[in-house]
Amino acid sequence: MKIDGQNGCSNLERLIEAHEFVVTGELGPPKGWQRSDVERKVELLRGLVDAVNITDNQTAIVRMSSIAAGRVLVELGLEPIVQMTCRDRNRLSMQSELLGAAALGIRNVLCLSGDHQKFGNHPTAKNVFDLDSMQLIQMVTRMRSAGTFQCGEEIEGGGPPFWVGAAANPFGDPFEFRPQRLAKKVSAGANFIQTQLIYDLPRFKEFMKRVVDLGLHEKVAILAGVGPLKSSGMAKYMRDKVPGMIVDEYYISEMEKAVASIPKEDKKARNAAWKERGIQLCIEQIREIRQIPGIAGVHIMAVEWEAAIRPVVEGAGLLPRPVLS
Amino acid sequence: MSESPDLKIVAFCCKFCAYKAADLAGSLRLQMPPELRIVQVPCTGRLDMVEVLHALEEGADGVMTLGCMPGDCHFLQGNLRARKRVEYVKKLLSDVGLEPERLEMFNLSSAMGAKFVEYAVEMTERIRKLGPSPLRRPSNAAAQGYRDDRLESGMRNMEAPQALPQESTVVPAEM
Amino acid sequence: MIVAGQKPLAEIKKMLGDAERILIVGCGTCVTVCFAGGTKEVAVLGSALRMSTQLDGNAKTIDELVVQRQCEWEYIDPLLPELDKYDAVLSLGCGVGVQALAERFPNKRVIPALNTAFMGMPTRDGNWEERCQACGNCVLDKTGGICPIARCSKQLLNGPCGGSQEGRCEIDPDVPCAWQQIWDRMNSLGLQEQLLAVEPPKDWSTSRDGGPRRIVRDDLQLPAEYRD
Repeated sequence: MKIDGQNGCSNLERLIEAHEFVVTGELGPPKGWQRSDVERKVELLRGLVDAVNITDNQTAIVRMSSIAAGRVLVELGLEPIVQMTCRDRNRLSMQSELLGAAALGIRNVLCLSGDHQKFGNHPTAKNVFDLDSMQLIQMVTRMRSAGTFQCGEEIEGGGPPFWVGAAANPFGDPFEFRPQRLAKKVSAGANFIQTQLIYDLPRFKEFMKRVVDLGLHEKVAILAGVGPLKSSGMAKYMRDKVPGMIVDEYYISEMEKAVASIPKEDKKARNAAWKERGIQLCIEQIREIRQIPGIAGVHIMAVEWEAAIRPVVEGAGLLPRPVLS
Repeated sequence: MSESPDLKIVAFCCKFCAYKAADLAGSLRLQMPPELRIVQVPCTGRLDMVEVLHALEEGADGVMTLGCMPGDCHFLQGNLRARKRVEYVKKLLSDVGLEPERLEMFNLSSAMGAKFVEYAVEMTERIRKLGPSPLRRPSNAAAQGYRDDRLESGMRNMEAPQALPQESTVVPAEM
Repeated sequence: MIVAGQKPLAEIKKMLGDAERILIVGCGTCVTVCFAGGTKEVAVLGSALRMSTQLDGNAKTIDELVVQRQCEWEYIDPLLPELDKYDAVLSLGCGVGVQALAERFPNKRVIPALNTAFMGMPTRDGNWEERCQACGNCVLDKTGGICPIARCSKQLLNGPCGGSQEGRCEIDPDVPCAWQQIWDRMNSLGLQEQLLAVEPPKDWSTSRDGGPRRIVRDDLQLPAEYRD
């Protein structure tokens, strides 16, 4: 279904309101300007997910703008969730781009702090951080609810109908503060939450227990972040090198078991075995996560492996995706 | 370099260990290399980097600092500080364009007379291989005096004037 | 205090260029206590430059001098009669000192030997850490005395971000997460409830974003007709 600049609110919002268990995916825009690169990825996701996150210079590596890529998705009939970080923009350009995004048919915005540019390919850049993610959430939700800019002036023609999302990391420290930080995002006006990749179910369950105790699951739609592992190397990398991620030993050992009987030289067979096990583990995870109280959906992150989404979504029994009238 | 000129190696020796060891070496009638010029300091920690640098600037071919064994410094940590300063100056010498090997620190106890000589001989051999310092001035320049390429000798500390002079020599800010 | 570090010798030599007679001017205040530009550092740099230029085959005249504070006119004015003897001044003051010298002596090249880094303090021997960003609108009462502008890599006012792990910032394991520290501190003060309120966007106009700043204290200024 096409959304143009005038009509419609977020389809994702409507699905959540209809109490559907939602599935979102992720798409990394290309490091170039070829529109066809975006179109190709869209076809890998069509029909498998309800909406697609488009990352915003993720890990501070320059890629095509998320709003521009989002427009391509709108034209192709797949609903985008445009990610916006605080690292590269001040409040003027944020609001300006949001108005443009709304005009182009974009209805979902995910507000993030953003990875520090030290990690990326332009470490000598100035960072902005005029606002933090909390303030960004508040600003966008007020644009919609009060129809005003951050400075208080009225937005011509009323505020854009964005459905606003935020990230939550149940695995960052301080652990005790994380559910309360989620509560802060809710009070800032967030409509939905996507969590960091889960590779430690017990800790995630503990986090969700506290979140449910605070009643937050009733105010905000919480989508659990999952992703298929590609190799033991990837699992170890995420355990050791990605700040704020925890990977339980279970995943490392399962991935290693998967290739235990395959000789090291047979890279093709090893990769195939890893991928198969990675997808299986992801499916098992989704099944277990659906049992946790307070979960409204899953957010599947298959980094540079969009082809994995189909087997995961199919295997987890999430097809066909609902279509609302 | 066909003939070996008179090499000068300044050896800063701490009073409590190194100097006593040198003394002991003398009592034991051990042969000390004639290149050595011993300077006693209360502790190697007393040495600022600038004293080491000035020695080299003035044309010393080598500089040694000799202090107590780590942990046994009479002033507790002076020799540890000295070690760090010597390491810093060695790096600086690389940047300056002078061989860092011309500077070295050694640790020993007051009973180690023979060790003192061993270190002295080691350093002298090293400096002979490196040759005289490229910072040496020709012998007649020495007669012209201390630091003759400086307009003002030594460090000066400038105090604020007690009162403004009647005829101001100060440039007004508006200029 | 202001904390600075010395530029590499090669960079200093390059900046000196063709200057033959150089006066090194140190400063007795901030850069003395961070061991970058005080009496000792001036002496070390002077000796190093004399040796280095001599080894280059082009010995320069390098003299040394220290003033109490390079950022005040009354301390640098007495330098004027000295300057005729020199082609350039190599300042071991912070960026403020360099500019004061340059403004007072506009006909003399003033070269900065230091990189002025931040406002901070020595947390232990030989270790200085940034503490203040001069944002012009101090929020330390809200964060238990730990500044999120200076010490959070993303200057968050509602931190921590998702990259905080085991009290460390995502950019460097040696950098503590300021928001972990704030959380701990507010807990020990019994004030953690305050962290649940959303802190609104900062007014950055009082910081450098608003343009170069000045503070004027009329109570300390004589009327115009009585000024020197």
